[in-house]
Amino acid sequence: MIRRSRAGAALLSLAVAAGLAACSSSGDEAGGDAVTLDYWLWDDNQKASYQACADAFHADNPNITIKISQSAWDVYWQNLTTQVAAGDAPDVWTNQGSYYPQFVTSGQILDLEPYVKADNVDLSQYQAGLAGLFEKDGKRYGLPKDWDTMAVVYNTDHLKAQGLDAAALEDLSWNPTDGGTFEQAIAKATVDNNGKNGLDPAFDKTKVKVYGFLPEWGDGSQGQNGWGNFAAMLGFTYLDKNPWGTQFKYDDPRLAQVIDWYKSLIAKGYSPALDLKSTLARDALLNAGKGAMTITGSWMINSYLGDSAKVKFAFAPLPAGPQGRKSAINGLSDAIWAGTEHKDEAWKWVKFLASSDCQDIVGGNAVVFPAIKTASDKALAAHEGKGRDVRAFIDQATAPNGTFFLPITDHGSEVSKIVQDAIQSAVLGRTDSATALKKANEQVNALFK
Amino acid sequence: MTSSTPHHPARRRDDRRAAWWFLVPVLAGFGVFYGYPAVRGLWYSVTDYTMLNTPSFVGAENYSALMRDGDFWNALKVTAWYVLLNIGSQTLLALAIAALMHRLTRSVVLRATLLLPWLVPNVTVGLLWMWLLDTNLGFLNHLLGTVGIGPVGFLSDASLAMPSIAAINTWSYTGYTALLLYAGMLQIPQYLYESAAIDGAGEWRMFRRVTLPLLRPVLALVLVVSLIGSFQIFDTIAVTTKGDPVGATRAIYFFIYEEAFRFFHLGYAAAAAICLALILGVLTAVQMRLLRASRSDLA
Repeated sequence: MIRRSRAGAALLSLAVAAGLAACSSSGDEAGGDAVTLDYWLWDDNQKASYQACADAFHADNPNITIKISQSAWDVYWQNLTTQVAAGDAPDVWTNQGSYYPQFVTSGQILDLEPYVKADNVDLSQYQAGLAGLFEKDGKRYGLPKDWDTMAVVYNTDHLKAQGLDAAALEDLSWNPTDGGTFEQAIAKATVDNNGKNGLDPAFDKTKVKVYGFLPEWGDGSQGQNGWGNFAAMLGFTYLDKNPWGTQFKYDDPRLAQVIDWYKSLIAKGYSPALDLKSTLARDALLNAGKGAMTITGSWMINSYLGDSAKVKFAFAPLPAGPQGRKSAINGLSDAIWAGTEHKDEAWKWVKFLASSDCQDIVGGNAVVFPAIKTASDKALAAHEGKGRDVRAFIDQATAPNGTFFLPITDHGSEVSKIVQDAIQSAVLGRTDSATALKKANEQVNALFK
Repeated sequence: MTSSTPHHPARRRDDRRAAWWFLVPVLAGFGVFYGYPAVRGLWYSVTDYTMLNTPSFVGAENYSALMRDGDFWNALKVTAWYVLLNIGSQTLLALAIAALMHRLTRSVVLRATLLLPWLVPNVTVGLLWMWLLDTNLGFLNHLLGTVGIGPVGFLSDASLAMPSIAAINTWSYTGYTALLLYAGMLQIPQYLYESAAIDGAGEWRMFRRVTLPLLRPVLALVLVVSLIGSFQIFDTIAVTTKGDPVGATRAIYFFIYEEAFRFFHLGYAAAAAICLALILGVLTAVQMRLLRASRSDLA
């Protein structure tokens, strides 16, 4: 099969070359051959913004055309890996922290450091730390394109009815022992069939109508949508070093404390039990009025504040834990395939994607927060122009020590499965949290031996 | 079923050669789409292939790792549980429906209606039932709630998730199975029922003494086909539970899929797939033998 397709490709390229030769012999156009670069991304919400970037780029570089392909997150990495394995990968693609290490390890991503040095790309224009996520051993495997942070999203009408307005949610505290004022708010937002809230002595936890807080249990090894943030507020770190650590610390008792706190919410009836949780996503439950609050990321802004939302939502900052308020921050990057035949053209495109020329366009469309700080301000302004309050995300990103990075390591998806299974079995009560996490940590660290 | 004419003229040799030409398209298709991938899969199962590397030979390492992998055994266990639930409920229901169709009504509309769930794509079936069975927003839990029961975590409770998935697929496949069995029942000569009736046998007795024994070859075929199909449970799981909670629905196909296309352990996944093929082969052989599928009592 391979041999045949190679022969086919050879024939095809011969035909193309012959065609091109015919073209160039007849015409005498200056400025090199026309090149089409394949560019991949997964978020359909962002496709239009990057198409606008591609059009602007093509206007400046008429001989380079960008062909954007978008495929859903669930199949994106399968498609990409298959294409890379087949030797037919896109020239440039969007990368994410958990998935890109395997391409680095297998030598499929072009080192951009020489290009960055030659063209003097200013790495300090990006949100602090983002550029470093894609560095390994002095090599650079991508330039930052955007970032996301976490905040609390809540149903405004429901919380108002329980006496909680935006000001009351602005500065909540949290600790793993009694949950602080955050748990008080959750309790107030939980309402049973008789209309009694979680603080009422007559509250019936077996007949809950609206849960105060919806946890995310399918959150892999990172807990980006919940436990990871709380653990960080206790001083937990995932790894010996990040990125590219090899020693995980899931056996940290502080992480077990967070999971135990989550279990206590279930025991009190403030959150649905794991075996009674919905198979549908949390935003579906919030929209149906079955839940009052959850923790979400800035990539969900348009789902919650957009036209498709069935109830009115607003964002509040995460509560502040014993070591302050901390949110996971995650950044995406654009990478060049090491096997591309158009390295220089691909670099031009990546450099453009990572420049304010493109990121201002993306920011102006208010879909994500671009990596360049000034472009992020444009996104904030665009949101405000639409009457959307998204300060919670920006404030958290710019607060000193307000963020922590998600782990970037080899074996990301295996670690994800092991840790998620361990946490779920702890929440289901099959083992206690500390034992489950200790065992998972041993399994995870064994992957690196 | 083949006609056995007592006298036929001696065949010319050319016939066989011609027959091979007629078989070529099928053999070519089989070779390209089954034979070649199977051989390649066998090779991958003894390598450390990850899609991005050049596979190198590792001997039986994948297989011995599989034997030590608790998740693999768990996958086999939950698959066996699923097969038991699914084949059991599906075959019994289908048998009942087929018998009713055979003895009571032969309405074409009814037969067509029975097939409807089977015509719906599996992913749609999965999505449909995921919404219907959802703990918080599902219609079924809403109904249960009005009579004071629940909510029940059909797909999120570890002990209920697999039975729920088995029930979904039973809903989807019973009509088709019933139709196969019904076709088998139509081959049973009518006079047997008439003479049984004259001898004073009731419907139940006729079913047990006439229908079931004479249906055996068809039933065996249906069982073998649905057993293999049942082992391949994948789409319903991929749509509804994705193997959760804590592996309770991580059936063997989903296990193989995750190893191959989530963790990119292609060699390991190939080894698991070879094990599954072996298990299915053994099960099929045992079943065929026990049910004497190739012989009919209708002689």
